[in-house]
Amino acid sequence: MTMIFGVPLAVFMGQLLLGLINGAFYALLSLGLAVIFGLLKIVNFAHGAMYMLGAFATLLGMRYLGINYWAALLLAPLFVGLLGMVIERLLLRRIGHLDHLYGLLLTFGLALIFEGSLVNFFGVSGARYPTPDALQGGYQLGFMFLPIYRAWVLLAALVVCLGTWFIIERTRLGAYLRAGTENPALMQSFGVNVPLLITLTYGFGVALAAFAGVLAAPLYPVSPTMGSNLLIVVFAVVVIGGMGSILGAILTGLGMGLIEGLTKVYYPEAANTVIFLVMILVLMLRPAGLFGKEA
Amino acid sequence: MTQLAEQPVAAPHREHADADMLRVSDLHAFYGESHILHGVDFNVKRGELVTLLGRNGAGRSTTLKSIMNMVGRRTGSILINGNETLDMKPHRIPRLGVGYCPEERGIFASLDVEENLLLPPTVRSGGMSLDEIYDMFPNLYERRRSQGTRLSGGEQQMLAMARILRTGARMLLLDEITEGLAPVIVQTLGEVLVKLRDRGMTIVLVEQNFRFAAPLADRHYVMEHGRIIEEISAAELPSKRDHLHTLLGV
Repeated sequence: MTMIFGVPLAVFMGQLLLGLINGAFYALLSLGLAVIFGLLKIVNFAHGAMYMLGAFATLLGMRYLGINYWAALLLAPLFVGLLGMVIERLLLRRIGHLDHLYGLLLTFGLALIFEGSLVNFFGVSGARYPTPDALQGGYQLGFMFLPIYRAWVLLAALVVCLGTWFIIERTRLGAYLRAGTENPALMQSFGVNVPLLITLTYGFGVALAAFAGVLAAPLYPVSPTMGSNLLIVVFAVVVIGGMGSILGAILTGLGMGLIEGLTKVYYPEAANTVIFLVMILVLMLRPAGLFGKEA
Repeated sequence: MTQLAEQPVAAPHREHADADMLRVSDLHAFYGESHILHGVDFNVKRGELVTLLGRNGAGRSTTLKSIMNMVGRRTGSILINGNETLDMKPHRIPRLGVGYCPEERGIFASLDVEENLLLPPTVRSGGMSLDEIYDMFPNLYERRRSQGTRLSGGEQQMLAMARILRTGARMLLLDEITEGLAPVIVQTLGEVLVKLRDRGMTIVLVEQNFRFAAPLADRHYVMEHGRIIEEISAAELPSKRDHLHTLLGV
């Protein structure tokens, strides 16, 4: 059997794939955080709750409304995105002129409310969501077994990440977004409706989280706390990548997933802490993050 | 009148020759608790080039910002093309055909020169095309792929002005466009202003450099302590030059 540094190839590749999958979730979530932070300057602590709501919308949609996985892939982010826009319009906008700390506290409070309400109804144990029929099974690649659903998650996450990058870096709307991030008052003086842009951006950012939630539903137990567990790691990823860089958020997300996966192979005890070690290292050497601009 | 203010574009029949493009009456402006403008009154006719002169802190930049609704609270009246704009949202005002070039130029670092040029949405038809703009500012064409903030100060100033020419704005509010620039660039900007005036643009120029503004303008307003204290037409200028120098402290 082929060995890589004393580890069977199949095990090595399997962990690498798991790492990439986790990385894809980190990328989707930190991307949304980066987009939101860029324009609203809010550290969105409700992001994990939005991811969780995406998964719950998928689960409950199937249970009570008969909405299948493929429809949920579109409807759950839409639902959560609309919810996000209402939150921005009614709550976040009112504190926009205050210190950014208030935004952090408000979104943290919202996350607790969403989680608490769902715990009240569904408990914390979590429910299973079936893998859609078309994505069941897997391929034997010779050196490893590739479950189709995991390949699909990786592909879908990458497509959405790159699509987001393209919209922000290569389109006119994205140019509005980048310019609005730099100088919102001047953008208004050009005739751009910046408050509307902000509402849409927040909606889009949390819709990305909800999309990640739909992808996660068949992989992990759908529970009210699934988001807060993940969010801590995602914040570490954001700190490592540096706030405000779109491509940075994507690459750091995938990279950290890989590092986590590799650590599981060679030193499993450290797998849950390795990202935080990297974070400490990055903070010491490059406080603005790997892709962040020095302030 | 308030209903008309909701219209993004003024009705065409309003655009007769010597009507006021801009009429500011008893304008007060506040940043938080500080009262900056104390009843500013002036008007600008269509196709005129008018300067706001005065010392630093006289309220000239604040007057332009107030017109764009970029300051805190405002009272009084600001008619643009006959539309009352005091209660208008900031992003509606440019759609009346107003282009604003801020003192700090506001070139976006995250965009290259051409992206900066294409950024402001078209507010009206009849704006200059990209080719015409590059014709007017050849430097910008050569550097169109450079990051906006990598340009020299003069090029950034040209970019900041060129940017609002594409949008179809008929009235330009230009804040200190010659500040800190080399004489040869200042001269180029003067030529550009003449070209724009010849195209029928209405221009309000906030200027420190009186020698730059004097030969270009139809009328001058002098501001002090947040008020207009003197109006001088181009014809009166030779006889009032000494008086003006005293007012400006130059």
